[in-house]
Amino acid sequence: MTDATNSPSTGPMLSADGTPLKKSLQIALRRQKLRALMLVAPLLLFVLISFIAPIADMLFRSVENDIVSETIPRTVIALEQWDYEDGGASAPGDDVYAALYVDLSEAEEFKTHTRLGSRLNYETTGMSSLLRKTGRGIGRMDTDEYTKQFEALDPTWEDPAAWVAMMQAPGVAEILPETASAWQSWQRIVANKNDVLSEEQPEDFIYTMLYRDLIAQPASAVAAYSGPGAAMLQAADSAVDGFEPISLREQFLDIDKDWADAQIWGTIKAFSSPYTAGYFLSSVDLQLTPAGIEQQPENQQIYMMLFGRTMFMSMVIMGSCILLGYPIAYLLSNLPLRTSNLLLILVLLPFWTSLLVRTSAWKVLLQQQGVINDILVWLGLVADGDRLVMINNQFGTIVAMTHILLPFMILPLYSVMKTIPPSYVRAAKSLGATNWTAFWRVYFPQSVPGIGAGSILVFILSIGYYITPELVGGTTGTFISNRIAYHISSSLNWGLAAALGTILLAVVLVLYWVYDRIVGIDNVSLG
Amino acid sequence: MKSKLATLMCGAALAVTGVHAQAADMADSMTIVSWGGAYQKSQINAYAEPYKAEHPDVEVIWDESSNEAVAKLRAMNEAGNITWDLVDVVAADAIRLCDEGLAMEYDPDELLAAGDDGSSASDDFGDLIVSDCFIPQIVYSTTFGYRTDMVGDTPPTNICDVFDLEAYPGKRSLEKRPINNMEWALLCDGVAKEDVYDVLETEEGQAQALAKLDTIKDQVVWWSAGADTPQLLADGEVVMGSTYNGRLFSLIEEQDQPVAMLWDAQVFDLDGWIIPAGLPQDRLARVKDFVKFATDTQRLADQAKYISYGPARKSSAPLVGQHADLGIDMAPHMPTDPNNSKNTFLYNYTWWADYRDDLDAKFQAWLAQ
Repeated sequence: MTDATNSPSTGPMLSADGTPLKKSLQIALRRQKLRALMLVAPLLLFVLISFIAPIADMLFRSVENDIVSETIPRTVIALEQWDYEDGGASAPGDDVYAALYVDLSEAEEFKTHTRLGSRLNYETTGMSSLLRKTGRGIGRMDTDEYTKQFEALDPTWEDPAAWVAMMQAPGVAEILPETASAWQSWQRIVANKNDVLSEEQPEDFIYTMLYRDLIAQPASAVAAYSGPGAAMLQAADSAVDGFEPISLREQFLDIDKDWADAQIWGTIKAFSSPYTAGYFLSSVDLQLTPAGIEQQPENQQIYMMLFGRTMFMSMVIMGSCILLGYPIAYLLSNLPLRTSNLLLILVLLPFWTSLLVRTSAWKVLLQQQGVINDILVWLGLVADGDRLVMINNQFGTIVAMTHILLPFMILPLYSVMKTIPPSYVRAAKSLGATNWTAFWRVYFPQSVPGIGAGSILVFILSIGYYITPELVGGTTGTFISNRIAYHISSSLNWGLAAALGTILLAVVLVLYWVYDRIVGIDNVSLG
Repeated sequence: MKSKLATLMCGAALAVTGVHAQAADMADSMTIVSWGGAYQKSQINAYAEPYKAEHPDVEVIWDESSNEAVAKLRAMNEAGNITWDLVDVVAADAIRLCDEGLAMEYDPDELLAAGDDGSSASDDFGDLIVSDCFIPQIVYSTTFGYRTDMVGDTPPTNICDVFDLEAYPGKRSLEKRPINNMEWALLCDGVAKEDVYDVLETEEGQAQALAKLDTIKDQVVWWSAGADTPQLLADGEVVMGSTYNGRLFSLIEEQDQPVAMLWDAQVFDLDGWIIPAGLPQDRLARVKDFVKFATDTQRLADQAKYISYGPARKSSAPLVGQHADLGIDMAPHMPTDPNNSKNTFLYNYTWWADYRDDLDAKFQAWLAQ
């Protein structure tokens, strides 16, 4: 029996119930893993749904740009035929204006043209009011002349039911492509007004498209049509050549002469794809122009400088937290428990105070008529006339943020130092080391994991800080996060805010990776 | 028997739906968003309390989120769940909300009550209805206050004194945004009032305004919250500073600080209501009822008892009385008072809607230099 189980030729090892041992072990392990997964699942789901998903959604906005192609789809397609040439560029032809006419007629009903205007105004100043103005004027164009001429030709053109019958007939879309496309917009407009399609006379833009279709189509194509309304369509086809043409381009120029500006059309074309790199370019002081990628004008470059400043100041804050926090943590971990607990409460106390209160307290202390300046003047160290400027600049931000973030440095340091046995230092000294050597060669290396953990915490927190720099930063002490907040809450340019946020996140991840390569993330300890 | 029961049940069901339909006509609670502080208190006193006296079963919930209303409304709209019924915003924000389709368009003569003097609502509010969505409430102004004890014997009387560091040394506080500052800078650099926006449209004009601001840049404390300048003035941190006139009124009259107003070249601005787009019928009906009440001639005049902002209706002006606690006449403290409005500047909303993004980038870059 023993021989048999040991011999490989007799098959796999079996467990008590006869299944192969390997398999039953797998089952047991899988069950264990499953149980572990089930235990983590609630938290995992919570993190995924309430944390990862919203962040991913927000970051996705940095490239999302479907508003242009959704609001003016026909114009975007028509513009493909047109090329922006820098300098001597000319505005596109009448086809594009016709497409824009239909698109904006629909957009005006759904009030999406102003939204498009706000979006494009981020790129070219003036688009906002241009589209608002055009939306107001689009219903009052002279294109009603077409409508009148069709009606004069045959009163049936006024009849909505006749229109519905004709537009539903098979083959009409091939003969009258632009009318059919505009008809779909018309259907949506009517549905939005809660009206009935067969009771509403179509608006002027439908007649305009009909005119354009009939002019463009050879007579034979219209003659071949035999569905509903064939007679009036053929009559109209032979008459349209006599209609007085109305230039849609002129109509748009009457509303605003900017519609002749190639720059405007170039912007629309440059931002017509559903995804754009424009926001990311803006966040590194470049811009997507009709002529391609260009540097922002020098008087508008701020983001690279702000990224640099954010990094630099976060480093300084981290450094001053190490300098101030290390001695305190050392003291705390070497004092008798009763005293150290009392001191620890003093470290934690700011944690329980409102952030705003702490920041405002620094204002009171640091301002020119504040406590510190008053004392310096009283001591005669500073003349009353030139009191020190310590707030509303970088200095104020660094002081206030160092104070606010200090506990995040002290706590990990303290918990690491608590675990360093004092006997090591004693042993070093007994072997002849000086105080400094014993500290530097024996104690300090053991406390490095605490410094690592504290530094990561402080640096990552300060890089995204926003309230304190806003309150005490003035003009030279603000961070990139203040611009992100501005774009989220004030300018509503969420795409740019998302792009800035994405870059910030990427920078943090890269720094984390660098840190891992240099220090090693395994060497970080929270205690 | 069976059919009788069915009829009965049908009747009961009808009765229930009938009652329900009636209750659904108007919601019995609404959430109003405002700015908090003294301003919100004036609205509660002048509008909400009298309204509740008439409709005791209506619950009014106040939210103090007006300064981030635009972003929050957009987020609510995307989430498809509008929890606000009425939002107090400045006119520029109302225009943006209207452009974004987040605020409801309305017809003034249908939604708002006619004036006490018989004029129609659209005439009574006149030009102040700057957007199809904006229901004006008050006229306020951004102007300067100065420390009377820090300016010597000749207090400043002219807006350009702000730029005069020799006559008035010391720090001044300005808002950390281009709006108003650029206009004042150009006015004090020799540009005529009616040309300001034409000049500001050009690159040279923008450079000119920033160059003028450059002359005092070292002496400026930049503020971003309305309470900053009153605090800075009270602490003696600045000699003069810009803020909303109501804040200065409370600093001078209620807190008795040695501060006086420099009304010259005050910039008029408007604040008012917007109704979020897409409210359910019952809530919309309640809000409309409230708005009609809260913007009538008497109510707007009543608000001026609590805060020194001018009512947006022409017909309310003669009814402005005394301060509710201090008992002083409010009319001389209104930005629209003839003595105060000798030289005023009108903020151009549509112009700023276009140039805001562009100029803000330039202004921030300039600030950071």
